[in-house]
Amino acid sequence: MTATAEGVRKADAVRAVPARRPVGSRIVEKLGGGLVRVVLIVVGLFWLVPTIGLLVSSLRSPQDMSGSGWWTVFTEPSQLTVDSYRKLLENPDITGSLVNTVLITVPATLLVVVIGALAGYAFAWMEFPGRDWWFLGVVSLLVVPVQVALIPIAELFGRIGLFGSILGVILFHTGFGLPFAVFLLRNFFAEIPRELLEAARLDGAGELRLFARVVMPLGGPAIASLGIFQFLWVWNDMLVALVFTKSGTQPITVALQTQVRQFGNNIDVLAPGAFLSMVIPLAVFFAFQRQFVTGVMAGAVK
Amino acid sequence: MASAAAAGAAPGPAAPRGRKSVTGTRKTVAALFLLPALVLLGALVVYPIGYSVVRSFAGNSGGGFVGFDNYETLFTDDGIRTALKNNVLWVVFAPTVATALGLVFAVLTERVRWGTAFKLVVFMPMAISMLAAGIIFRLVYDQDPDKGVANAVWVGVHDTFAQSSAFPKAHPGRKSPLVADGGGFVTRDTVRAGQPVALPLVGVAPDRLPDGVRKAVAAKPEPGKVTGTTWQDFTRGKGVGRLGAPDPSEVGYAGMRIEAVKDGEVVASATASGDGTFTLPAAADGARLRLPADNFREPYNGVSWLGPALVTPAIIGAYVWMWAGFAMVLIAAGLAGVPRELLEAARVDGASEWQVFRKVTVPLLAPVLAVVVVTLMINVLKVFDLVFIIAPGSSQDDANVLALELYRKGFSEGQPGVASAISVFLLLLVIPVMLFNIRRLRREVRR
Repeated sequence: MTATAEGVRKADAVRAVPARRPVGSRIVEKLGGGLVRVVLIVVGLFWLVPTIGLLVSSLRSPQDMSGSGWWTVFTEPSQLTVDSYRKLLENPDITGSLVNTVLITVPATLLVVVIGALAGYAFAWMEFPGRDWWFLGVVSLLVVPVQVALIPIAELFGRIGLFGSILGVILFHTGFGLPFAVFLLRNFFAEIPRELLEAARLDGAGELRLFARVVMPLGGPAIASLGIFQFLWVWNDMLVALVFTKSGTQPITVALQTQVRQFGNNIDVLAPGAFLSMVIPLAVFFAFQRQFVTGVMAGAVK
Repeated sequence: MASAAAAGAAPGPAAPRGRKSVTGTRKTVAALFLLPALVLLGALVVYPIGYSVVRSFAGNSGGGFVGFDNYETLFTDDGIRTALKNNVLWVVFAPTVATALGLVFAVLTERVRWGTAFKLVVFMPMAISMLAAGIIFRLVYDQDPDKGVANAVWVGVHDTFAQSSAFPKAHPGRKSPLVADGGGFVTRDTVRAGQPVALPLVGVAPDRLPDGVRKAVAAKPEPGKVTGTTWQDFTRGKGVGRLGAPDPSEVGYAGMRIEAVKDGEVVASATASGDGTFTLPAAADGARLRLPADNFREPYNGVSWLGPALVTPAIIGAYVWMWAGFAMVLIAAGLAGVPRELLEAARVDGASEWQVFRKVTVPLLAPVLAVVVVTLMINVLKVFDLVFIIAPGSSQDDANVLALELYRKGFSEGQPGVASAISVFLLLLVIPVMLFNIRRLRREVRR
């Protein structure tokens, strides 16, 4: 579309009888509105079908899976069975790895929140030389890829006996979660009205008390966003755990990954396992969408 | 909690002079608050950066300075070259496609009441692990159209638009006038106008016959034209039915293509109707009739999504599935900040919806779009799990990316020197964004 053509059209519209355009545009809008709906429904299905496929696959027997497509359940619902889940939950490797996932995720989330909040508060409200430069230094680490640290930390953990331990994975996730935590919380804490802090100070609150009783409660929304974000990140991680855990300490993602090599023969482990690993993140996502979106938006640089 | 605290707050003294310490903190207290974070960051993020740089100049077994050898490997090793090439594909296509889709979704969802539900559906994959997404897409991309939904849909669409060859196993029976010819069949003798031709074949399983087949009938002679029938010349039971002529229970080969060939050149062609009859113009007089090979190809079996050629685009598709929602949510937030009056003004001026989108919405959103694309680019550089899970062993080399190659070199091929060089290279690629972040924040911090 050239500029002149557009100019001509604009001039036409200005000269046009007022009644003409609204009628035309209303028709276009009706048609367009219907089209938009159809497009969105099709796209929505496109986005849902892969996940539905996994769910349905996890509810079919391996024999059915090798014989026909998962969509055949819609005509033969009798195929549905929870046998795969039952077998999976009797498998100590899988249940153990689910426990490991929790043992890694919960401390890694709490540590990031607490340590990040302490630092965020210091950067927001304390005075010390070079404060802003330190803060910029921390924030610049936001984009460092985890891959950079894999080899050095693997060697370091090997030397100090942390390699293969759950503690090592927790520490690694905490370290890489901190730049975002400090960034998010410092910015949020900085918005706390000064009067609140000064009032508490006049009441005789010490630094730690001020932090625990005023700053942390007021920081609730930001802490929730950070917590959810970090929780999902650690829960869903595979690479870090793949490098730093061994057979007794691996989380569910790594346990399932070892099965992917023989994809096809063990779909009765992979499909329910994958779905099981998604249940908690999806529950968290649906329960805390708003906080999650806030976290994602704040972390757009990560 | 917040309101209770606010109610108890005494009115502040004079207007605050910038954000200064409220508490008159001693430096040691500040240091204690910062210590845990700085120690962890130093040991787990900063130290590895330095160590990687040093390590990248050392040999793979650890000892000795080898100069730029590891970096040379980076650009000569075949595996890493493939990884680099694929990373370029990833960085160019994944962020742009995800952002473009996010933009379209964000604009469209504004117009329907259930836009929020749609956004939830598209955003949901962000909450799941790349491992789970990988398994999901392993299922989607299954080669067998009876198992993988991608091929099931693809084959369905393909067969709707291109009549699939329906006679894969068809072949001439006893005393047939046809002989094999380059995968198809051709008549022994030339045909004459006005003398109906019979082209009998056998061997197509009844359930494999195409839709629309009808009872075969013998073609009627037409003056000046070549007519004929092609059909399944087989009646169940021994000795039943005549050879070389349509019987009541025999069906026509609906859709069979017939070519008239003279001296190796096709002079006319026709397609058999439901009862197997066909009519060729006078030009076919004196030609031989050929049933070309594409009638007999095996049925279309879909696309090999995870084969060497398509594996990277296929995995990028899975990535877009995961991250288009991210783009959509950020862009939708930006869109909420676009003044409605501007759009209305453009519409009143007679701009079409497309023009409003192109000339008003997109330019106003440019900063948001830039942030989204840059964020996704950084994210894409680190992509590992999806490739690791989706690419089957046979095509993992073709799907290789830097993050995967780093893992392989560092942890399964025992070349930590080269792996460190890859990690330094990755770091160099994100440094511009690092500097950009610092510059943007420096202004904010100094408020």
